[in-house]
Amino acid sequence: MKRATLWRIGLLAAAVAGLEILCLAGAIDRLTMQPPHRMAVDLVRLLAGGALNAAILKTLGNAALAVVIAMVVGVAAAVALHRLPSFRRLLDPLFATYYAVPMFAFYPLLVVLFGLGDTPQIFIGAMLAVVAVIVNTLNGLDRIPKVLLKTARVNRLSPWETAVRITLPCAAPYILGAAKLAVAYALIGIIGAEFIMSTSGMGYEISYAYTNFDNATMYPLIILILAVSIAVNTLLARWERALMVRRGLA
Amino acid sequence: MTAAKKVQIATVAPKVHVSLGAVDKEFAQPGRPGEIVHALGPVDLDLRQGEFFAVVGPSGCGKSTLLELVAGLSTATRGEVAFEGRPIHGRIPDGIGVVFQEDASFPWLSVHDNIAFGLRRMKIDRAERERRIGVALDMMGLSAFARSFPAQLSGGMRQRVCIARTLVTEPRLILLDEPFGALDQQTRLLMGDEVLNLWRKTGATVLLITHSLDEAALLADRIGVMSARPGRLIDIVETGWPRDRDSRIAQEEAFGAITARLWRLLRGESLKAMGKVGGET
Repeated sequence: MKRATLWRIGLLAAAVAGLEILCLAGAIDRLTMQPPHRMAVDLVRLLAGGALNAAILKTLGNAALAVVIAMVVGVAAAVALHRLPSFRRLLDPLFATYYAVPMFAFYPLLVVLFGLGDTPQIFIGAMLAVVAVIVNTLNGLDRIPKVLLKTARVNRLSPWETAVRITLPCAAPYILGAAKLAVAYALIGIIGAEFIMSTSGMGYEISYAYTNFDNATMYPLIILILAVSIAVNTLLARWERALMVRRGLA
Repeated sequence: MTAAKKVQIATVAPKVHVSLGAVDKEFAQPGRPGEIVHALGPVDLDLRQGEFFAVVGPSGCGKSTLLELVAGLSTATRGEVAFEGRPIHGRIPDGIGVVFQEDASFPWLSVHDNIAFGLRRMKIDRAERERRIGVALDMMGLSAFARSFPAQLSGGMRQRVCIARTLVTEPRLILLDEPFGALDQQTRLLMGDEVLNLWRKTGATVLLITHSLDEAALLADRIGVMSARPGRLIDIVETGWPRDRDSRIAQEEAFGAITARLWRLLRGESLKAMGKVGGET
């Protein structure tokens, strides 16, 4: 294992141990935070009990759907915009300022439009993720050497074949980078939306547990969200790195 | 076949494979509306079926532009380019293979899959595909690297992958845009021999763009010498080499005479290209 990795693990372990000591010593009271070992035990109990399985499945399922929508729409839009430079120039300022827009302010409007079900939550998750996917994919497409596009033309590839066989594989490391962002943004969007206005899902359960001082539910759910997000991100990062190494870029 | 017919065939003029008629190419200057650069022409040239034709000329004279016009990657401002009797008009015809000066290997594919790229598109059956790939890997000295990725190879090896990828599809017209630029001198000579070998076997017509007078003199049947920009053909030198030749002809007296003639033709043009007006000093 690399020295930096060992240091990272060591620092993380030290932080958790420090928190454990502070909680057990009473420096942090139990109403504010449970000791980390208690959170782990509660998480196992929660998962084994199955009472929140529906909420967990709902949130993760909706997040996965939002990621898929953002990836499909984002990559397709990026490919189209890459072929239409004048249209891209028109939209570039919008992309640059997109994340300055407080997306959750539109949540009531989305509820009016799509009702109180899962749709507005998935919509907000996908909307938060899609521009990150477009911008990252465009970044990858811009870096494709012109000679590869000439090679595609000489091989008489159609625009669709060029996208599938040349441009997208060439931009794959950047698209994976986009996927990492999409996962993070989709989780933020969906859990945030569940916090604001929902009667189910992990965001709602965390909010409900918080208002009822139910730390035995709130902290394990927060840890679960962290674990899922970090695990998916790490897997995508490893894949991205493998592609970069194969191309001599890492 | 009767003797009379044989004689008749032998005396028939070589078939024109590619023809350029009064071809001109002008470019708009990016960021300078209204400013036009006359890059090439007018050029009149017929490439004979199955010949090896090289083009030499000073830097920036439009050699690569000429190749792009023939490949259909670019459209002539005036005049017409025709391949096998059909005008190209910026549409890439079937049967053309191009090897570019830059590294065009696909970094996400192994050496094997890079070479298989065109063959898969041609829907050639697996057994034949693997046979051709095997021959190409062997010919290019890449057999031990079939499963490697381009990033693991040297620049010269990557260029060999691109040459192999083009040649395995057995195009009827092979366009080579300074393909050996990234290779060392010894490998250039050997690759030249392999291209000659393949040219003989397939009967393809080859158009080679090169800045190397030696390379042109060594490989080509005829060499087109271009002027400084706007590039025009100022002479066509016949080398007179037999079809069955290889890099050993570099030892012959005629080789030195050809390169000397090319340099005599090009020296003034090269000086012009460097901004020394008038050419001679």
